[in-house]
Amino acid sequence: MLAETVSHVDPTGSLVPAPYVVVGRREEAADVVTLSLEPVQGSSPTFRHGQFNMVTSFGRGEIAVSMSSAPGAPGPMEHSIRRVGAVSAGLCAAPVGSLVGIRGPFGSSWGTDEVEDGADVVVMAGGIGLAPLRGAVRDLVARQQCGRGRVFVLAGSRSPDQILFHEELQAWERAGVHVGVSVDVGAPGWVGVVGVVTALLPGAPFEASGALALLCGPEIMMRFGGRALVDRGVDARRVRVSLERNMQCGIGLCGHCQLGPLLVCRDGPVVRYGGLADELFMERNR
Amino acid sequence: MNEAARSLLSGHAFLAGFPPEAVELVADQAELVSFRPGALLFREGSPADVAYLVTTGHVAIEIHAPSRGPLVIETIGAGHVVGLSWAAPPFRYQFDARAIDHVEAVAVDTASLRVALAENPVLGFLFLDRLTAVMLERLQATRIRLLDLYGATDAR
Repeated sequence: MLAETVSHVDPTGSLVPAPYVVVGRREEAADVVTLSLEPVQGSSPTFRHGQFNMVTSFGRGEIAVSMSSAPGAPGPMEHSIRRVGAVSAGLCAAPVGSLVGIRGPFGSSWGTDEVEDGADVVVMAGGIGLAPLRGAVRDLVARQQCGRGRVFVLAGSRSPDQILFHEELQAWERAGVHVGVSVDVGAPGWVGVVGVVTALLPGAPFEASGALALLCGPEIMMRFGGRALVDRGVDARRVRVSLERNMQCGIGLCGHCQLGPLLVCRDGPVVRYGGLADELFMERNR
Repeated sequence: MNEAARSLLSGHAFLAGFPPEAVELVADQAELVSFRPGALLFREGSPADVAYLVTTGHVAIEIHAPSRGPLVIETIGAGHVVGLSWAAPPFRYQFDARAIDHVEAVAVDTASLRVALAENPVLGFLFLDRLTAVMLERLQATRIRLLDLYGATDAR
Protein backbone atom coordinates (compact mmCIF):
# COMPACT_ATOMS: atom_id res chain seq x y z
CA MET A 1 0.00 0.00 0.00
CA LEU A 2 2.80 2.36 0.95
CA ALA A 3 4.74 1.47 -2.20
CA GLU A 4 1.65 2.15 -4.23
CA THR A 5 1.32 5.60 -2.65
CA VAL A 6 4.99 6.37 -3.01
CA SER A 7 4.92 5.42 -6.66
CA HIS A 8 2.68 8.44 -7.25
CA VAL A 9 5.11 10.81 -5.59
CA ASP A 10 7.77 12.69 -7.46
CA PRO A 11 10.45 12.77 -4.76
CA THR A 12 12.42 15.49 -6.47
CA GLY A 13 9.52 17.89 -6.81
CA SER A 14 7.70 17.03 -3.58
CA LEU A 15 10.39 16.54 -0.99
CA VAL A 16 13.26 18.81 -1.98
CA PRO A 17 12.70 22.54 -1.50
CA ALA A 18 13.36 24.68 -4.54
CA PRO A 19 15.06 28.02 -3.93
CA TYR A 20 12.88 31.08 -4.39
CA VAL A 21 13.96 34.66 -4.13
CA VAL A 22 11.96 37.23 -2.17
CA VAL A 23 11.14 39.90 -4.75
CA GLY A 24 8.67 41.84 -2.60
CA ARG A 25 7.74 42.21 1.03
CA ARG A 26 4.70 44.01 2.40
CA GLU A 27 3.63 44.51 6.02
CA GLU A 28 -0.11 43.77 6.07
CA ALA A 29 -0.55 44.23 9.83
CA ALA A 30 1.63 44.34 12.91
CA ASP A 31 2.36 40.61 12.73
CA VAL A 32 1.54 39.67 9.13
CA VAL A 33 3.84 39.96 6.14
CA THR A 34 3.19 39.11 2.51
CA LEU A 35 6.18 37.78 0.62
CA SER A 36 6.29 37.86 -3.18
CA LEU A 37 8.37 34.97 -4.42
CA GLU A 38 9.92 33.99 -7.71
CA PRO A 39 11.83 30.79 -8.42
CA VAL A 40 15.54 31.09 -8.91
CA GLN A 41 15.19 28.76 -11.90
CA GLY A 42 12.23 28.25 -14.18
CA SER A 43 8.72 29.47 -13.48
CA SER A 44 6.37 29.15 -10.51
CA PRO A 45 4.33 25.95 -10.54
CA THR A 46 0.65 26.11 -11.31
CA PHE A 47 -1.60 25.74 -8.29
CA ARG A 48 -5.26 25.92 -7.37
CA HIS A 49 -7.09 28.21 -4.94
CA GLY A 50 -6.69 27.04 -1.35
CA GLN A 51 -3.62 24.87 -1.87
CA PHE A 52 -0.48 25.36 0.19
CA ASN A 53 3.27 25.22 -0.12
CA MET A 54 5.78 24.05 2.44
CA VAL A 55 7.92 27.16 2.87
CA THR A 56 11.42 26.90 4.32
CA SER A 57 13.24 29.51 6.31
CA PHE A 58 16.75 28.18 5.88
CA GLY A 59 18.36 27.26 9.17
CA ARG A 60 15.05 27.41 11.03
CA GLY A 61 12.59 25.00 9.48
CA GLU A 62 9.59 24.60 7.27
CA ILE A 63 5.90 25.47 7.64
CA ALA A 64 2.78 25.11 5.54
CA VAL A 65 1.53 28.38 4.07
CA SER A 66 -1.34 28.77 1.65
CA MET A 67 -0.87 30.91 -1.42
CA SER A 68 -2.54 34.29 -1.06
CA SER A 69 -2.33 35.21 -4.73
CA ALA A 70 -4.52 33.86 -7.50
CA PRO A 71 -3.35 31.02 -9.72
CA GLY A 72 -2.20 32.19 -13.10
CA ALA A 73 -2.27 35.83 -12.11
CA PRO A 74 0.54 37.95 -13.49
CA GLY A 75 3.38 38.66 -11.14
CA PRO A 76 5.07 36.64 -8.46
CA MET A 77 3.41 34.06 -6.26
CA GLU A 78 2.44 35.48 -2.85
CA HIS A 79 2.32 34.02 0.64
CA SER A 80 0.94 35.92 3.62
CA ILE A 81 2.54 34.78 6.84
CA ARG A 82 1.70 35.52 10.43
CA ARG A 83 4.55 35.76 12.90
CA VAL A 84 3.82 33.19 15.60
CA GLY A 85 6.92 31.01 15.93
CA ALA A 86 10.59 30.76 15.01
CA VAL A 87 10.04 29.68 11.40
CA SER A 88 7.26 32.14 10.63
CA ALA A 89 9.26 34.89 12.34
CA GLY A 90 12.22 34.02 10.11
CA LEU A 91 10.06 34.16 7.01
CA CYS A 92 8.41 37.42 8.06
CA ALA A 93 11.84 38.94 8.53
CA ALA A 94 13.17 37.72 5.17
CA PRO A 95 14.38 40.80 3.29
CA VAL A 96 13.91 41.42 -0.40
CA GLY A 97 16.64 39.56 -2.26
CA SER A 98 16.94 36.74 0.27
CA LEU A 99 16.17 33.10 -0.46
CA VAL A 100 13.48 30.84 0.93
CA GLY A 101 12.64 27.26 0.02
CA ILE A 102 9.40 26.09 -1.55
CA ARG A 103 7.90 22.62 -1.87
CA GLY A 104 4.51 22.22 -3.40
CA PRO A 105 1.80 22.95 -4.23
CA PHE A 106 -0.01 20.46 -2.03
CA GLY A 107 -3.54 19.62 -1.00
CA SER A 108 -7.08 20.19 -2.13
CA SER A 109 -8.60 23.40 -3.45
CA TRP A 110 -11.67 25.53 -2.75
CA GLY A 111 -13.21 24.17 -5.95
CA THR A 112 -14.46 27.57 -7.06
CA ASP A 113 -13.83 26.57 -10.67
CA GLU A 114 -16.73 24.13 -10.38
CA VAL A 115 -19.33 26.50 -8.94
CA GLU A 116 -22.41 26.77 -11.12
CA ASP A 117 -23.20 30.00 -12.95
CA GLY A 118 -25.66 32.08 -10.99
CA ALA A 119 -24.83 30.58 -7.61
CA ASP A 120 -23.83 32.97 -4.86
CA VAL A 121 -20.54 32.37 -3.10
CA VAL A 122 -20.12 33.36 0.55
CA VAL A 123 -16.60 33.80 1.83
CA MET A 124 -16.18 33.92 5.60
CA ALA A 125 -12.72 34.53 6.97
CA GLY A 126 -11.26 35.17 10.38
CA GLY A 127 -7.90 36.78 11.02
CA ILE A 128 -5.13 35.40 8.83
CA GLY A 129 -7.78 33.08 7.31
CA LEU A 130 -8.46 35.73 4.69
CA ALA A 131 -5.06 35.03 3.13
CA PRO A 132 -5.84 31.55 1.73
CA LEU A 133 -9.12 32.96 0.36
CA ARG A 134 -7.72 36.12 -1.19
CA GLY A 135 -6.82 34.60 -4.53
CA ALA A 136 -10.20 32.89 -4.80
CA VAL A 137 -11.99 36.14 -3.97
CA ARG A 138 -10.05 37.97 -6.67
CA ASP A 139 -11.29 35.49 -9.25
CA LEU A 140 -14.80 35.47 -7.79
CA VAL A 141 -14.93 39.25 -8.08
CA ALA A 142 -14.07 38.86 -11.77
CA ARG A 143 -16.79 36.18 -12.02
CA GLN A 144 -19.31 38.59 -10.49
CA GLN A 145 -18.32 41.32 -12.90
CA CYS A 146 -19.02 38.90 -15.75
CA GLY A 147 -22.53 38.39 -14.32
CA ARG A 148 -21.89 34.75 -13.45
CA GLY A 149 -22.80 34.97 -9.77
CA ARG A 150 -22.28 37.16 -6.75
CA VAL A 151 -19.65 36.92 -4.04
CA PHE A 152 -20.10 38.01 -0.44
CA VAL A 153 -17.02 38.59 1.67
CA LEU A 154 -17.38 38.51 5.45
CA ALA A 155 -14.19 39.07 7.38
CA GLY A 156 -13.63 39.06 11.12
CA SER A 157 -10.64 40.49 12.84
CA ARG A 158 -9.39 41.06 16.34
CA SER A 159 -9.21 44.84 16.06
CA PRO A 160 -9.26 47.46 13.29
CA ASP A 161 -5.46 47.53 13.01
CA GLN A 162 -5.42 43.77 12.43
CA ILE A 163 -7.66 43.83 9.36
CA LEU A 164 -5.80 42.23 6.48
CA PHE A 165 -5.83 43.47 2.90
CA HIS A 166 -7.74 46.57 3.95
CA GLU A 167 -7.25 48.38 0.65
CA GLU A 168 -8.21 45.30 -1.32
CA LEU A 169 -11.40 44.88 0.72
CA GLN A 170 -12.29 48.46 -0.17
CA ALA A 171 -11.49 47.81 -3.83
CA TRP A 172 -13.75 44.76 -3.86
CA GLU A 173 -16.51 46.85 -2.32
CA ARG A 174 -16.04 49.52 -4.96
CA ALA A 175 -16.33 46.76 -7.56
CA GLY A 176 -19.83 46.02 -6.27
CA VAL A 177 -19.02 43.14 -3.96
CA HIS A 178 -20.83 42.91 -0.63
CA VAL A 179 -18.01 43.23 1.91
CA GLY A 180 -18.65 43.01 5.64
CA VAL A 181 -15.96 43.46 8.24
CA SER A 182 -16.32 42.97 11.97
CA VAL A 183 -13.84 43.36 14.78
CA ASP A 184 -13.89 41.81 18.23
CA VAL A 185 -12.65 44.98 19.88
CA GLY A 186 -13.34 48.43 18.50
CA ALA A 187 -11.01 51.38 18.60
CA PRO A 188 -11.45 55.14 18.63
CA GLY A 189 -12.69 56.19 15.22
CA TRP A 190 -13.88 52.74 14.20
CA VAL A 191 -17.44 53.03 12.89
CA GLY A 192 -17.74 49.51 11.54
CA VAL A 193 -19.26 46.46 13.13
CA VAL A 194 -18.08 45.27 16.53
CA GLY A 195 -19.04 41.65 17.13
CA VAL A 196 -18.41 38.10 15.98
CA VAL A 197 -18.04 37.48 12.25
CA THR A 198 -21.32 35.53 12.15
CA ALA A 199 -23.07 38.78 13.11
CA LEU A 200 -22.39 39.87 9.53
CA LEU A 201 -24.56 37.14 8.07
CA PRO A 202 -27.98 38.78 8.54
CA GLY A 203 -26.81 41.81 6.56
CA ALA A 204 -25.55 39.74 3.64
CA PRO A 205 -28.40 39.32 1.15
CA PHE A 206 -27.17 36.13 -0.53
CA GLU A 207 -29.45 33.43 -1.87
CA ALA A 208 -28.78 30.47 0.42
CA SER A 209 -30.26 27.91 -1.92
CA GLY A 210 -27.46 26.74 -4.17
CA ALA A 211 -24.87 28.95 -2.50
CA LEU A 212 -21.30 27.80 -1.97
CA ALA A 213 -19.63 28.88 1.27
CA LEU A 214 -15.90 28.98 1.91
CA LEU A 215 -14.61 29.35 5.47
CA CYS A 216 -11.10 29.85 6.72
CA GLY A 217 -9.92 30.92 10.12
CA PRO A 218 -9.67 29.61 13.65
CA GLU A 219 -11.39 26.25 13.98
CA ILE A 220 -13.91 27.52 16.52
CA MET A 221 -14.87 30.31 14.15
CA MET A 222 -15.40 27.79 11.35
CA ARG A 223 -17.45 25.61 13.67
CA PHE A 224 -19.82 28.42 14.59
CA GLY A 225 -19.69 29.91 11.10
CA GLY A 226 -20.60 26.59 9.50
CA ARG A 227 -23.55 26.18 11.83
CA ALA A 228 -24.76 29.72 11.19
CA LEU A 229 -24.57 29.23 7.41
CA VAL A 230 -26.50 25.98 7.62
CA ASP A 231 -29.09 27.68 9.87
CA ARG A 232 -29.38 30.33 7.16
CA GLY A 233 -30.25 27.61 4.64
CA VAL A 234 -26.95 26.82 2.95
CA ASP A 235 -26.55 23.11 2.15
CA ALA A 236 -23.96 21.78 4.64
CA ARG A 237 -22.30 19.82 1.83
CA ARG A 238 -21.72 23.08 -0.01
CA VAL A 239 -19.90 24.60 2.94
CA ARG A 240 -16.13 24.12 2.71
CA VAL A 241 -13.56 24.77 5.39
CA SER A 242 -9.79 24.91 5.38
CA LEU A 243 -8.24 22.81 8.12
CA GLU A 244 -4.92 23.49 9.70
CA ARG A 245 -2.71 20.81 11.18
CA ASN A 246 0.94 20.07 11.69
CA MET A 247 1.91 19.49 8.06
CA GLN A 248 5.33 17.96 7.60
CA CYS A 249 5.79 15.89 4.45
CA GLY A 250 2.93 17.45 2.47
CA ILE A 251 2.19 14.25 0.58
CA GLY A 252 0.36 12.04 3.07
CA LEU A 253 3.26 9.85 4.10
CA CYS A 254 4.39 10.90 7.56
CA GLY A 255 1.03 11.07 9.32
CA HIS A 256 1.78 14.17 11.40
CA CYS A 257 -1.31 15.92 10.11
CA GLN A 258 -3.73 13.06 10.65
CA LEU A 259 -7.17 14.19 11.74
CA GLY A 260 -9.60 11.30 12.12
CA PRO A 261 -9.77 9.60 8.73
CA LEU A 262 -7.96 12.46 7.02
CA LEU A 263 -4.38 13.23 6.28
CA VAL A 264 -4.93 16.95 6.07
CA CYS A 265 -1.95 17.66 3.82
CA ARG A 266 -3.25 15.23 1.23
CA ASP A 267 -7.04 15.10 1.76
CA GLY A 268 -7.25 18.75 2.83
CA PRO A 269 -6.68 21.44 3.70
CA VAL A 270 -10.04 22.21 2.09
CA VAL A 271 -12.73 19.72 3.03
CA ARG A 272 -16.50 19.79 3.12
CA TYR A 273 -18.16 20.87 6.35
CA GLY A 274 -21.35 18.80 6.18
CA GLY A 275 -20.83 15.19 7.21
CA LEU A 276 -17.10 15.57 7.71
CA ALA A 277 -15.57 18.68 9.28
CA ASP A 278 -18.67 19.33 11.37
CA GLU A 279 -18.16 15.94 13.03
CA LEU A 280 -14.37 16.29 13.27
CA PHE A 281 -14.79 19.68 14.95
CA MET A 282 -16.80 18.00 17.68
CA GLU A 283 -14.32 15.21 18.48
CA ARG A 284 -12.80 15.66 21.90
CA ASN A 285 -9.79 13.34 21.72
CA ARG A 286 -7.56 14.84 19.09
CA MET B 1 -49.40 54.81 15.60
CA ASN B 2 -49.73 54.93 11.82
CA GLU B 3 -50.06 52.03 9.45
CA ALA B 4 -46.50 52.37 8.18
CA ALA B 5 -45.16 51.92 11.68
CA ARG B 6 -47.52 49.03 12.33
CA SER B 7 -46.27 47.42 9.14
CA LEU B 8 -42.65 47.96 10.22
CA LEU B 9 -43.38 46.29 13.53
CA SER B 10 -45.13 43.27 12.05
CA GLY B 11 -42.20 42.77 9.69
CA HIS B 12 -39.52 43.21 12.33
CA ALA B 13 -37.47 40.12 13.13
CA PHE B 14 -37.88 40.60 16.87
CA LEU B 15 -41.63 40.14 16.56
CA ALA B 16 -41.52 37.43 13.88
CA GLY B 17 -44.10 34.75 14.55
CA PHE B 18 -45.90 36.76 17.22
CA PRO B 19 -49.74 36.76 17.10
CA PRO B 20 -51.39 39.97 15.87
CA GLU B 21 -52.50 40.93 19.38
CA ALA B 22 -48.88 40.94 20.54
CA VAL B 23 -47.89 43.23 17.66
CA GLU B 24 -50.85 45.44 18.47
CA LEU B 25 -49.79 45.62 22.09
CA VAL B 26 -46.35 46.85 21.07
CA ALA B 27 -47.82 49.21 18.49
CA ASP B 28 -49.92 50.84 21.19
CA GLN B 29 -46.74 51.83 23.02
CA ALA B 30 -44.61 52.70 19.99
CA GLU B 31 -43.54 55.57 17.81
CA LEU B 32 -41.22 55.98 14.84
CA VAL B 33 -37.94 57.71 15.55
CA SER B 34 -34.78 58.50 13.64
CA PHE B 35 -31.28 59.51 14.68
CA ARG B 36 -28.50 61.28 12.85
CA PRO B 37 -25.04 59.75 12.85
CA GLY B 38 -23.44 60.29 16.23
CA ALA B 39 -26.68 60.95 18.08
CA LEU B 40 -27.26 59.23 21.41
CA LEU B 41 -30.25 56.89 21.72
CA PHE B 42 -29.73 56.60 25.45
CA ARG B 43 -27.07 57.12 28.06
CA GLU B 44 -25.66 54.77 30.70
CA GLY B 45 -27.43 55.07 34.03
CA SER B 46 -30.62 56.61 32.72
CA PRO B 47 -33.97 54.84 33.24
CA ALA B 48 -34.46 52.03 30.73
CA ASP B 49 -37.92 53.01 29.65
CA VAL B 50 -37.51 52.69 25.88
CA ALA B 51 -36.42 49.80 23.65
CA TYR B 52 -35.55 50.46 20.03
CA LEU B 53 -36.42 47.99 17.30
CA VAL B 54 -33.91 49.03 14.66
CA THR B 55 -35.22 49.06 11.09
CA THR B 56 -32.41 50.95 9.33
CA GLY B 57 -28.78 51.64 10.16
CA HIS B 58 -26.45 50.59 12.93
CA VAL B 59 -26.19 51.43 16.61
CA ALA B 60 -23.01 51.19 18.66
CA ILE B 61 -23.27 50.00 22.24
CA GLU B 62 -20.57 51.97 24.02
CA ILE B 63 -19.03 52.53 27.37
CA HIS B 64 -17.06 55.61 28.21
CA ALA B 65 -13.66 55.08 29.74
CA PRO B 66 -11.78 57.93 31.40
CA SER B 67 -8.93 59.14 29.18
CA ARG B 68 -9.85 56.61 26.47
CA GLY B 69 -13.14 58.01 25.31
CA PRO B 70 -16.03 55.86 24.09
CA LEU B 71 -15.27 52.15 23.56
CA VAL B 72 -17.60 50.27 21.28
CA ILE B 73 -18.60 46.94 22.78
CA GLU B 74 -20.99 45.74 20.11
CA THR B 75 -22.77 46.93 17.00
CA ILE B 76 -26.49 46.31 16.55
CA GLY B 77 -28.06 46.46 13.10
CA ALA B 78 -31.47 46.38 11.46
CA GLY B 79 -33.76 43.62 12.65
CA HIS B 80 -32.35 43.71 16.16
CA VAL B 81 -33.25 45.37 19.45
CA VAL B 82 -31.30 48.03 21.28
CA GLY B 83 -32.05 48.42 24.96
CA LEU B 84 -32.72 45.25 26.92
CA SER B 85 -32.29 46.68 30.39
CA TRP B 86 -36.04 47.30 30.69
CA ALA B 87 -36.54 43.56 31.17
CA ALA B 88 -35.10 43.30 34.66
CA PRO B 89 -34.39 45.51 37.67
CA PRO B 90 -32.92 48.03 38.23
CA PHE B 91 -34.36 49.10 34.84
CA ARG B 92 -31.41 51.31 34.02
CA TYR B 93 -29.31 51.30 30.86
CA GLN B 94 -25.88 49.82 31.50
CA PHE B 95 -24.23 51.32 28.41
CA ASP B 96 -24.53 54.23 25.99
CA ALA B 97 -26.17 53.62 22.61
CA ARG B 98 -25.11 55.84 19.72
CA ALA B 99 -26.19 55.93 16.07
CA ILE B 100 -23.27 55.06 13.79
CA ASP B 101 -25.06 56.03 10.61
CA HIS B 102 -28.59 57.23 9.92
CA VAL B 103 -30.79 55.11 12.16
CA GLU B 104 -34.51 54.54 11.94
CA ALA B 105 -36.24 52.58 14.64
CA VAL B 106 -39.51 51.91 16.37
CA ALA B 107 -39.22 53.22 19.91
CA VAL B 108 -41.31 51.22 22.36
CA ASP B 109 -42.37 52.66 25.72
CA THR B 110 -41.26 49.71 27.81
CA ALA B 111 -42.50 51.12 31.11
CA SER B 112 -46.03 50.89 29.73
CA LEU B 113 -45.30 47.62 27.95
CA ARG B 114 -44.09 46.04 31.19
CA VAL B 115 -47.37 46.89 32.87
CA ALA B 116 -49.38 45.55 29.92
CA LEU B 117 -47.40 42.31 29.82
CA ALA B 118 -47.81 41.80 33.57
CA GLU B 119 -51.55 41.90 33.00
CA ASN B 120 -51.34 39.38 30.17
CA PRO B 121 -49.05 36.52 31.21
CA VAL B 122 -49.46 34.63 27.92
CA LEU B 123 -48.09 37.54 25.91
CA GLY B 124 -45.68 38.22 28.74
CA PHE B 125 -44.22 34.74 28.31
CA LEU B 126 -43.90 35.26 24.55
CA PHE B 127 -41.88 38.41 25.08
CA LEU B 128 -39.78 36.85 27.83
CA ASP B 129 -39.10 33.88 25.56
CA ARG B 130 -37.96 36.12 22.70
CA LEU B 131 -35.90 38.37 24.97
CA THR B 132 -34.20 35.30 26.42
CA ALA B 133 -33.25 34.17 22.92
CA VAL B 134 -31.77 37.58 22.13
CA MET B 135 -29.86 37.70 25.41
CA LEU B 136 -28.59 34.14 24.92
CA GLU B 137 -27.39 34.94 21.42
CA ARG B 138 -25.50 37.99 22.70
CA LEU B 139 -24.08 36.08 25.66
CA GLN B 140 -22.80 33.34 23.36
CA ALA B 141 -21.34 35.84 20.92
CA THR B 142 -19.62 37.59 23.83
CA ARG B 143 -18.18 34.30 25.07
CA ILE B 144 -16.78 33.55 21.63
CA ARG B 145 -15.16 36.97 21.51
CA LEU B 146 -13.64 36.37 24.95
CA LEU B 147 -11.76 33.45 23.40
CA ASP B 148 -9.72 35.97 21.41
CA LEU B 149 -9.93 33.60 18.43
CA TYR B 150 -7.83 35.69 16.13
CA GLY B 151 -5.02 35.97 18.66
CA ALA B 152 -1.55 34.54 18.40
CA THR B 153 -2.57 30.86 18.54
CA ASP B 154 -3.60 30.94 14.89
CA ALA B 155 -0.30 29.85 13.38
CA ARG B 156 -0.99 29.71 9.67
